[in-house]
Amino acid sequence: MSETARVPLWRIALSFNQIALASFGGGLSAWSRQMVVEQRRWMSDEEFLSAMTVCRVLPGANQVNLAVFVGARLRGVPGAIVATTGLLAAPIVIVLVLGALYIAHRNDASVQAVLRGMTAAAVALSLSMAYRTGRTCLHSPVAWALFAAALLASAVVRLPLLIVLLVLAPLAMWWAWPRRRQAAS
Amino acid sequence: MTPAIALQLCLLFGSASLMSIGGGNSVVPEIELQAVDMYHWLTRGQFADLFALAQAAPGPSILIVTLVGYSAAGVVGAVLATVAMVLPAAALVLVFARVWERVHMSPWRSAFEHGLAPIAVGLIAASGIIVARGADHTLAQYVLTALSTVVFCTTKVQPLVVVGLAGLAGWLGLV
Repeated sequence: MSETARVPLWRIALSFNQIALASFGGGLSAWSRQMVVEQRRWMSDEEFLSAMTVCRVLPGANQVNLAVFVGARLRGVPGAIVATTGLLAAPIVIVLVLGALYIAHRNDASVQAVLRGMTAAAVALSLSMAYRTGRTCLHSPVAWALFAAALLASAVVRLPLLIVLLVLAPLAMWWAWPRRRQAAS
Repeated sequence: MTPAIALQLCLLFGSASLMSIGGGNSVVPEIELQAVDMYHWLTRGQFADLFALAQAAPGPSILIVTLVGYSAAGVVGAVLATVAMVLPAAALVLVFARVWERVHMSPWRSAFEHGLAPIAVGLIAASGIIVARGADHTLAQYVLTALSTVVFCTTKVQPLVVVGLAGLAGWLGLV
């Protein structure tokens, strides 16, 4: 890890820019690992996995959090800023171009037809993400109850998220408190 | 952009940033609720369309935020919304990156990690349901959603390929 002592800021920004562009179509975390661990050797595999865990546990988009974490590890706050900017700049420009095109043409029949199909797939992407993460954590009736309560409260009753979290999060943490979990199992 | 809209964008996305447990997708229901019902920046159908565009674009799962900011106040709104969504969570990461080893064994961390996971899954599933309803899904669209979900869950096909094929199916008038 000797050459990580002073990685130039532009190199951090460019690396995260490459990660963002490589992820066209998905697989952002795989590309992050590829760049950070294998190509640049800024972190070992273990450090990377530990960083990914922090970034998943904390609020915020996981990949943005990871850019902040890796950038900060390399060059402190300036490193975190250039890593995040590098990761987000190109996607923001691309999505804004798509958004502007959409707003100009959203009443065209053909645009609406394409979007009907794309929306169906985008919904599927959310549902499959719920399925994948759910498979790893929905192992008990209480977990299922928490899942169902959050789902109903936000999709059917449409309660504000703050209220949902203020009610469910303390209950969930009380249930998941380590000693209680051990006693239960 | 009026100062009022700037403040609304900062408040909405600054708080969404801190509540986005399990990643950016868990706050999509909240963003839709506020942007559509409270501030009227866009309609439910437009939100569903922009969500599909954001999913198709490269990059992290918070690009819907950029597009909602754009709908509210143009390019400046887009940048402001994105920064508001990134900063609070990033500040937490900066703090925790330093103390992570110390909280490694803390019961708080374990309870937070394991307890909130089922809630996050519920919120992510809710985002899918809300977008489907906002787009006034037809029966054919539900069938396409079901098919795509099975493909995403059982194969490692790039999401963009499926989203692109689904767009093609729409263009051909199949859904």
